[in-house]
Amino acid sequence: MAWLDKAWVDTVLEALTAFFLIAGALITFISSFGMVHLRDFYLRMHGPAKATTLGVGLILVACMLYFVLIERTFHIQLLLVTIFLLITAPISAHLLAKVALHQKLPSDTSTTGAPSELREEDVGQEPDTPHPEDPGSSQRP
Amino acid sequence: MLIKRCLPRPILSLILMLVWIMLSDVISYGSVIMGAILGIAIPLLTQRFWDAQPVVKKPLLLIRYTLRVMLDILIANLEVAWLIARPWRRPRPAFVEYPLTLQRDFSITLLASTISLTPGTISANLRLDGRSLLIHVLDTDDEQAVIDEIYHRYERPLMEIYE
Amino acid sequence: MIGIALWISFFLVAMAIVLNAYRLLVGPSLPDRIIALDTMYVNSIALIILYTIWLSTRVYFEGALLIAMLGFISTVAVCKYLLRGDIIE
Repeated sequence: MAWLDKAWVDTVLEALTAFFLIAGALITFISSFGMVHLRDFYLRMHGPAKATTLGVGLILVACMLYFVLIERTFHIQLLLVTIFLLITAPISAHLLAKVALHQKLPSDTSTTGAPSELREEDVGQEPDTPHPEDPGSSQRP
Repeated sequence: MLIKRCLPRPILSLILMLVWIMLSDVISYGSVIMGAILGIAIPLLTQRFWDAQPVVKKPLLLIRYTLRVMLDILIANLEVAWLIARPWRRPRPAFVEYPLTLQRDFSITLLASTISLTPGTISANLRLDGRSLLIHVLDTDDEQAVIDEIYHRYERPLMEIYE
Repeated sequence: MIGIALWISFFLVAMAIVLNAYRLLVGPSLPDRIIALDTMYVNSIALIILYTIWLSTRVYFEGALLIAMLGFISTVAVCKYLLRGDIIE
């Protein structure tokens, strides 16, 4: 790829790498900061579930650009880490919220609307009502 | 027929192959062939454990949806970071019961993940008999507006794509 | 330019991990500690990637991948344990 050897490409890549590094680190830091100063668990959950994923994703992008800069190769493995984080972050956030509801953690006083109580089946026991897509569940003993 | 028997889940096979190429970090004949072998072998071996494969009815819409979610993740994160970074203004959190109209497990999973990744909302609990999703909102005045936005922005496209 | 950016981001990510450690030690509830640990995993991935850039080697990519996987699986396992008192059904 001849166009990659131009001098301005290096400058642009360098600037982009530096920008993504700083942006990612800043977002990571802010979300961790939120985890310290927010008032109840449900609020604290928002930082790690979203901002940390984006922050680390940006740092991974910066790393990819950096290796394009010094080696002229794309390391797609880093893309895999980003995708993995993007897929798993909402799942662990959902489970953690469920745990918090199960343990009846108090929510902040300014919260409008109360969480509904968790029932046996939400925790993972067999549901009493059959699942609409599972016709066999009604015959189960 | 032979193709259908060898590749019972073409999308899964493709994803497995791509993941293998990404894992080995090079696009070479070796990694592509090994990825193809794994992409054929793993679905054949694990076929009986899988649920029914979701059918994508409108692939173009799926691409648009993915792009929109990517953009929303970016904007949402900046919003959330901004909300967190200023301690002098207290956010107004809320729990919202979101009534689900989606039917299939797979699309509900996608919707819940999308909700967790985008503007100031986290899905907390799914109730299958009442068909509702409990959502914690970071900062809102109007709960109905949140429900409407989720419905029009995410649930409607998902329903068109998968159901 | 990258050198300065690298040091700033090293500092910010390290501070983020310190803040996570504070939440991990202080609590007050069990889910708080789990989420602190989970965030620490993700932040340590960021730290490893920064270290990779500093050393200009790709040796640690697999490490980042492994931390991502183990972190997710352990978070899910602990959550399941807290929800049901049992991990394997």
